[in-house]
Amino acid sequence: MFADYSSTELMSIFAMQGFAGLSLFSVFVLMAMGLAIIFGQMGVINMAHGEFMILGAYTTYLTSQFFQNLMPELFAASFFFAMVLAFLVSGALGAFVEWAMVRHLYRRPLDTLLATWGLSLILQQAYRSIFGAREVGVDLPDWMMGAFNVTDFVQLPINGLFVMVIALSIALAVYLLMYRSGWGKKVRAVVQNRPMAEAVGINTAGVDRATFALGCGIAGVAGSAFTMIGSTGPSSGQAYIVDTFLVVVFGGAQSLVGTIISAFGISQAQSTMEFFLSGSMAKVLTLLVVVGILMLRPEGLMALKVRR
Amino acid sequence: MKTNSPLQWLTSREGIYYLLLALLLVVVLPLLLDPFRLNMVGKYLTYAFAAIGLVMCWGKAGILSLGQGVFFGLGGYCMAMFLKLEASTPEATKNQSTPGIPDFMDWNQITELPGFWQPFHSFSFTLIAVIAVPVLLAFIIGVAMFKRRVGGVYFAIITQAIAAILTILIIGQQGLTGGVNGITDLQTLMGWNIRTDMAKTTLYFVCVGLLFLCLLVARHVQNAKLGRILVAMRDQENRVRFSGYDVASFKVFVFCLAAGLAGIGGALFTLQVGFMSPSFVGIVPSIEMVVFCALGGRYSLLGGVYGALLVNAAKSGFSESFPELWPYAMGALFIGVVLAFPNGLAGLYERYIMPLEKRLPVIGKYLDKDKPAPQAPPVVSDQLSAEKP
Amino acid sequence: MNAQKENFLLAVEGLTVSFDGFKAVDDLSFYLDPKEIRVIIGPNGAGKTTVLDLICGKTRATAGSIRFGGKELTKMKEHQIVHAGVGRKFQNPSVFEDLTVFENLEVSYSQGHTVMGALAFKRDAAVVEAVESIAETIFLSDQLNEPAGLLSHGQKQWLEIGMLLIQKPDLLMLDEPVAGMSVAERKKTAELLRVITRDHTVLVIEHDMQFVGDIADRVTVMHQGKVLSEGSIEHVKQDPKVIEVYLGH
Repeated sequence: MFADYSSTELMSIFAMQGFAGLSLFSVFVLMAMGLAIIFGQMGVINMAHGEFMILGAYTTYLTSQFFQNLMPELFAASFFFAMVLAFLVSGALGAFVEWAMVRHLYRRPLDTLLATWGLSLILQQAYRSIFGAREVGVDLPDWMMGAFNVTDFVQLPINGLFVMVIALSIALAVYLLMYRSGWGKKVRAVVQNRPMAEAVGINTAGVDRATFALGCGIAGVAGSAFTMIGSTGPSSGQAYIVDTFLVVVFGGAQSLVGTIISAFGISQAQSTMEFFLSGSMAKVLTLLVVVGILMLRPEGLMALKVRR
Repeated sequence: MKTNSPLQWLTSREGIYYLLLALLLVVVLPLLLDPFRLNMVGKYLTYAFAAIGLVMCWGKAGILSLGQGVFFGLGGYCMAMFLKLEASTPEATKNQSTPGIPDFMDWNQITELPGFWQPFHSFSFTLIAVIAVPVLLAFIIGVAMFKRRVGGVYFAIITQAIAAILTILIIGQQGLTGGVNGITDLQTLMGWNIRTDMAKTTLYFVCVGLLFLCLLVARHVQNAKLGRILVAMRDQENRVRFSGYDVASFKVFVFCLAAGLAGIGGALFTLQVGFMSPSFVGIVPSIEMVVFCALGGRYSLLGGVYGALLVNAAKSGFSESFPELWPYAMGALFIGVVLAFPNGLAGLYERYIMPLEKRLPVIGKYLDKDKPAPQAPPVVSDQLSAEKP
Repeated sequence: MNAQKENFLLAVEGLTVSFDGFKAVDDLSFYLDPKEIRVIIGPNGAGKTTVLDLICGKTRATAGSIRFGGKELTKMKEHQIVHAGVGRKFQNPSVFEDLTVFENLEVSYSQGHTVMGALAFKRDAAVVEAVESIAETIFLSDQLNEPAGLLSHGQKQWLEIGMLLIQKPDLLMLDEPVAGMSVAERKKTAELLRVITRDHTVLVIEHDMQFVGDIADRVTVMHQGKVLSEGSIEHVKQDPKVIEVYLGH
């Protein structure tokens, strides 16, 4: 498939597709960070993760509508406000779902998967009833429009760059929280040995709830960022859920670095192949390769060896 | 297990349950329903094949596959390819630029029948392929994953990814597969028009017959030592391994069994509905099959059949009158089954209806003598705690 | 040396396993004679359970060899090791709680171990007889048709031992068989072990020194993945190294 192109052309193609892939990379990282906490650290399969993200996106949509109509002078800053709000709204719903549903199912991960799938059906239909089946878009403030011109034909859109910055900051924040803070230590203690954690005085139920809510809140921020590069529909979250789970599993469920590497690898592979094949075949090939590698190396890219 | 002759079995408690189901499907429903509705029941029953497979694979052995739609679809597509070739005679397609190939290929500028379609001219090949293709794929997936001890949620996610891959592939390769519309306009089976009411009713009875055959096969497996090993594996995989069993080969077997059953269901679906499309293959139909099984009772073969019938009937009922409410009902069903009654209808029956049977005159005493050991253990945890690779 | 080695039922030589650099078992060697009762003792984390894991194939050795009746076990799969004649009881009782006691023993019966074999398996008189005779040995004759989940902790331990016995292994490995048992159950278990030890080679991990003294032919003391001392119970009790790391506390 490379035969028809000269080597300089190939280089430019790879560069261009590489930048396109970075946008997909941001989406993967944003979604995967929440999942890395909920699935990687707690071992809970949250199939409604995409819907928590979309909740953040709709929150952002409503916030920007509010600012546009009532306080247009502050519109340029509305995104920052929306992101905080998205975090709170999705996090609050997450805490409620943990209390009502997930906490009864910690010993039955497969059942959690089914129950959260049911939740995702309900949420999707709720979005459809409230916001309509059509996708909604958020108007970007002026400072986010435009692009940097790197070379004559390589351009970097500012909104894409901004989203990537958000994605990487969230990843850094999650890393610091999970591995460098006392609270992260508690979370990991609860995951590794629940009875022992209880015995040393950790409020495990509280930690569970907070962790789940945090993961959902991060999904909300992800959704908020998502509105800057794409429009939002009731089932936009569903579209990414399988890919995201593969990203997390492929990276090695417990490793944040692994998650980021695998998000990068998968998004780059897909967007590079998209140039040579049709979009669907690129996706099929990427997923096949990931599934194939997972069959050969089920523990993922980065894995700890543990004495069992 | 204890019964020796078929007659003895039919008068046992379990035999009576099977007879009641047969009565419902063979006598009651055909008398009550017009051919159109009966055909719909036939369509629901094809999902029961997948649900029975899931009872064996998920309920008994603890392996949750979120990719049963793949096997259902493969069985259905095998049958659809045969029927499509039969419908695409050179005479019937003489207006195409290449007569004698399926219409969608012609629309996609394909001028020659692709190689993998060729064997589907043969009906006997098709019948074998309906079972063999899903089983072969399940075998490859199963060997690759179970030999490496991948189980639990990882297996579920990867099978779900496979369902996604196959759907995208079918939709993307429009010229070879009919794309998003699927393979449509299926008319005749060996010259027999399958679109008449008479044919649909006949196919319904064929479907019921095969369903009972499959139920008996599954029941045989469940009652053989193999069935007890599957349950043992779900509870204490290591103990089974260190009792001298190659655990992976048993998992591969039950996964292939489930795939084969789903394949048969898919083929019958194509025959009764008259087309096959990717919307019966992907993530959503696959997970719906799990809910049929969960609602009926994940440990109960007959529960799977009732689950498939009831959920689908409810789905049709809702979509006819309140289409926007169906997702809420389906979602609530998922959550309710898991949280409130994890053993499904079969569990509720055992708990609430069975104690009442005693009060029935004559037959109550008779049934009481034959009380089975409770089938469904309380669902407290999945066996996969040790499975995280 | 080689000719001599063939007289051992089990010869463990230079066995090493490391988890990310941490050597749980470090260059360990010991030999078991046929019909010998050997007890492994040692402080927590000494690597005792890991040794059993290595022999039965649950954990793979990094280096070294485990020869059992002339076969090299380190290259074999778990179920092949069982068929070679090694039975393993886990520390926590692991029985099939949803199956009856009869079915638990039947699953362990040494026939129908392949998929096809398990499909064709028939519960004939020989099976019933074998199950009933084992049930009597493990004091569970009256519970044959009860689900194993309803048994007491001690009864589950016995059932698991019974599940090993019905496999007719040459080597039985028991990980803390009396842990968590009542005094009465302990006595009965000692009785059970005495019956078993008449015609099996047994490798036991145990902490209860009274119990160890009762049953052991020889004792191996492990510490930090290595053999600290080996010999009769009196010998190891007087070994100053053992007193320092283990018995002294």
